[in-house]
Amino acid sequence: MNDITKLDNRLSIEKSAPGRRALKFKGRIKHGAAPVPETLRRKTAPRLPELSEFDAVRHFTRLSKINFSVDSHFYPLGSCTMKYNPRVNEDIAALDGFAGLHPLASDETAQGTLECLYDLQNRLCELCGMDAITLQPAAGAHSEFTGLLVARAYFARKGQKDRVEIIVPDSAHGTNPATASMLGFSPVNINSGPDGRVDLEVLKRHLGAKTAVVMLTVPNTLGIFESNIETITKMAHEAGALVYMDGANFNALIGLVKPGELGVDIMHLNMHKTFSTPHGGGGPGAGAIAVKKYLDSYLPVPVIKKEGGRFLADFNRPLTVGRVKAFFGNTGVLLKAYAYMLMHSSRELGEIAENAIINANYAKALLKDCFPAHSKEHCMHECVLTPGPEMTKQGIKTLDIAKRLLDYGFHAPTVYFPLIVHEAIMIEPTETETRETIDEFASAMKKISAEAASDPQKVKDAPHTMPVKRLDEVQAARQPNLRW
Amino acid sequence: MFIGNTKKDREEMLKIIGVNSFSDLVKQVPEKFLYPKFKLPADGMDEMQAAAAMRTLASKNKMLKSFVGAGAYARYIPAALKALLSRGEFLTAYTPYQAEASQGILQTIYEYQSSMAALYEMDYGNASMYDGASAFAEAVRAAVRITGRKKVLYSYGVNPQYIATLKTYFGGGEDYKFIQIPHKDGCLDLAGLEGLLDQETACVAAQSPNFFGLAEDFGKVSELAKAQGALFVAAADPVSLGLFRTPGAQGADFAVGEGQGLGLPLSYGGPYLGIFTCKKEYVRQMPGRISGLTKDKDGKRGFVLTLQAREQHIRRDKAASNICSNEALCALGATIYLALLGPEGLKELAQANYDAAHAAAERLCAIKGISLKFKGTFFNEFTLALPCDARKLRSRLIEKENIDPGLPLKDFYPELGDTLLVCATETTTEEDVSRLEKAVRESI
Repeated sequence: MNDITKLDNRLSIEKSAPGRRALKFKGRIKHGAAPVPETLRRKTAPRLPELSEFDAVRHFTRLSKINFSVDSHFYPLGSCTMKYNPRVNEDIAALDGFAGLHPLASDETAQGTLECLYDLQNRLCELCGMDAITLQPAAGAHSEFTGLLVARAYFARKGQKDRVEIIVPDSAHGTNPATASMLGFSPVNINSGPDGRVDLEVLKRHLGAKTAVVMLTVPNTLGIFESNIETITKMAHEAGALVYMDGANFNALIGLVKPGELGVDIMHLNMHKTFSTPHGGGGPGAGAIAVKKYLDSYLPVPVIKKEGGRFLADFNRPLTVGRVKAFFGNTGVLLKAYAYMLMHSSRELGEIAENAIINANYAKALLKDCFPAHSKEHCMHECVLTPGPEMTKQGIKTLDIAKRLLDYGFHAPTVYFPLIVHEAIMIEPTETETRETIDEFASAMKKISAEAASDPQKVKDAPHTMPVKRLDEVQAARQPNLRW
Repeated sequence: MFIGNTKKDREEMLKIIGVNSFSDLVKQVPEKFLYPKFKLPADGMDEMQAAAAMRTLASKNKMLKSFVGAGAYARYIPAALKALLSRGEFLTAYTPYQAEASQGILQTIYEYQSSMAALYEMDYGNASMYDGASAFAEAVRAAVRITGRKKVLYSYGVNPQYIATLKTYFGGGEDYKFIQIPHKDGCLDLAGLEGLLDQETACVAAQSPNFFGLAEDFGKVSELAKAQGALFVAAADPVSLGLFRTPGAQGADFAVGEGQGLGLPLSYGGPYLGIFTCKKEYVRQMPGRISGLTKDKDGKRGFVLTLQAREQHIRRDKAASNICSNEALCALGATIYLALLGPEGLKELAQANYDAAHAAAERLCAIKGISLKFKGTFFNEFTLALPCDARKLRSRLIEKENIDPGLPLKDFYPELGDTLLVCATETTTEEDVSRLEKAVRESI
């Protein structure tokens, strides 16, 4: 990477010159159509940058270079699964036959895409041990939303509209309670037990005739498997509630455990995490929710079906919750997931989880002296650590460690999450990183720990090598400047 | 297949962890759940095989000349845009939680927000939603939240898929009322609107160009809504705004759109880009991420994610919405696209679409028995009234002529009878139009 401390932080609009042009559209059809009537016509030109193509290419290339990414840096963000995304996926999704297909193309002309989606549906159901699936949701949180809609429709059908509570452990993702309240449910927060798992006694107290769903993140955000899950799902079912599994951390279970066998009724998958789509600076992702057969009929439309050797998008589902977005799902992302599935046997899928788990435990073991783990148990695919006492003594916070890591050429882990761990540092190396990379990362972490004793100010003032130093977030929020 | 560790690495790592085997690491998982049986292929393909298999599948899609629009448009994607979007530093980055290491993404989001605000003539925009439909639904949700009212009026011409999504977003909730405003010749009827508006109305939601391609005159809509304390939510195709009046200029409180047309492929419906903008008084009601300009310790300009107190990872159940992953890379694509076009390029592009559609309409309406269903000004698509079964005509042309002539509207609007929604863009040639005209003429 070039010297990224030299920052040209001018905006494209500041590089703009009136009359400068990149793309021109001369119009392939000249037509003397009547001009747009005055009342309907735009009056002032939008303030967009005016650049040559070269200006634009250079501007955005420069911006790309002042950015960490998986391609350029180790990116151990916990709960985000920043693994390597095979490049062949990009080629595949960009094939004209796929990328050029209109979403309202007739089923006859879309057989190739429909076949991919259909087979992907089947493979995912098998992998999850579930009976039916929708690939409509555009992202993880969108999947949760869809999953809870299904649960609601199910209870409405059963005449149990008074089931309005969603039990969410404090070790869950923030999207869980947000989704519950977005749909008008009352989220009920329950505290974890001392071992980081759902406390069965606490759960029992909250389960009742009002409970609609118990929402579990498995493994949870502490990197721990809910070992009592069979009991939990049994308790929930006895209370008449459904169990929803947040599958954002499925990379830890893929090929190793079938969630359907754990007793969960609804689960979601973040296709972009486990099934390897680049995260693109925050999307696009793709979601899916898999359900047991008694929930099948509530899935959103369309569902891809096969009838008499041909594939079709089925809209004829009277009990459906409806549409969660226009057209089908994020098909481009789903095609990448499908290509990834094609390249893995079930045994190879299991190796993904195994190596993700080994890498996380390895990082945890290397760091145990300087960064004690929140839990003494072995972890699944991610571990939650905290700064050691000698660092805390010097007033060094997790944020300081995160910023100093940037100087060492590593993206920071997820910090201050889960909220229930004070000064949390959450590390997820994923299966695609090699042992050497984790060694180097651990060595940087240890150096920071040593710096805490020798030169704490250096850590507190970090980063020193980035294009900007610590940014004033308070000013940004108090006096929002959100556009040119 | 994409695992870094060798067998030797694994063995040494397990030793350092302090266990004998991998199974010691997963003791917390009850044994009976581990290593279940899968009915999946026993062999994975190698890269070459997978690529070949996918090419075969792609070729099963029938590529034909399509005149279908209806919310997703075949538009030219510039080479520079493709090249920039495929840069690994953009492609494989994550949400910019560490601002100092993510200035590139954060600045592009800021530029995206700026471009969208400029395009729609609104005060602020967010960092993107899933698609036009979800942006529309979230805007109505915001209006309902702000006004505390539960009645939503929507125009006849809002994309029916947006309305379906909207209703789902309210969970089919019977607490809410969704009422369609009567139309006059495909456009919103002001008298009809006036009759429906009252003190219980949260918002009027409308689209222009609407689903039939017609540009709506919203001059009075927002005035009428405001007189009853309701808000005005407008959806618009961003490309049309190179020519047509903007939601902002017509008093919209929230303006949304589908950004696919700004340089993103059709890809059977996604990933697309939900554009979301609002007036400044509602900035804290916006869902999702926002990038803001600020200063670093030395006073240097920099960008951070801001106003995060609206978001789920901080506010949990009190958040404005649950959105987390958005469509950041698509937003970047749109930003680059608009930077390549500039204001003049956008105007030319909009004009090229307008001309192509008007040429196609003129040619098709010269066929005996075919006419425009609605009289108003249209942008790049138009509704034809046909003298024959629209679905049959479509199947026939697909099968025999390799042309998809447009979308029959019967499924969405049974009352419109045999109508076809036909779209042309800057990618449409004279020859395409001639082929379509000839094929239709011979098939009706």
